[in-house]
Amino acid sequence: MKLVYFAWVRERIGRAEERVELPTNITTVADLIAWLAARGEGYAAALERPETIRVAIDQEHVEHDTPLPKDGEIALFPPMTGG
Amino acid sequence: MNTPCIPTVRVQQEDFDLSEEVAALTAGRRDVGAVVSFAGLCRDENGRLTALELEHYPGMAEAEISRIAAEALGRWPLTGLTVIHRFGKILPGGNIVLVVASSEHRRAAFEAADFLMDFLKSKAPFWKKEHTVDGTATQWVTAKDSDEEDIKRWK
Repeated sequence: MKLVYFAWVRERIGRAEERVELPTNITTVADLIAWLAARGEGYAAALERPETIRVAIDQEHVEHDTPLPKDGEIALFPPMTGG
Repeated sequence: MNTPCIPTVRVQQEDFDLSEEVAALTAGRRDVGAVVSFAGLCRDENGRLTALELEHYPGMAEAEISRIAAEALGRWPLTGLTVIHRFGKILPGGNIVLVVASSEHRRAAFEAADFLMDFLKSKAPFWKKEHTVDGTATQWVTAKDSDEEDIKRWK
């Protein structure tokens, strides 16, 4: 699975993207966020308030209860501030 | 009979020219009765900021703006729609975003432009970072709760 990060999520994690092999029990977006948060200090800092994290799968917004695809691009980022 | 309107969506670093974009939606047409444009600019927050830096999600930014534009076209009978969003470092006074909506009658153009901006704010993957005059650490702009409230107006 390809993961991409933006804005302060990217800065706290310390990278813009990475490839991960997910354990089989990680099946939803919420599972993914919890799993990532346990990967280290930067991840924990980025994801300390999971409810603020916005997620896109293959460049479309999804909710935290959305099932993960087998493969694809999952983006994690803060609430957007464009416009 | 109206021809279907195909929106123009651009995500770019370079500046845009409002009058050129308005002209592009009206040139050679006799059916356009209303053009509404909205330009969003970088302000210096009473002298506090030297610049805003806009990060975006390449690919999704274009895709999401196109989805919002398609939604607007489904709701209002527009004759033209252009949305441009810039990224990179933008100085106070510089352009950030442009929406131009045209239609036969004014209401559709006004409402569509308003709708586009509300959804761009909350759904288009852009993030603003402030650069301050006093050189203190740069800071990400926080999303406002009112942004989410704004999109509920359109349910």
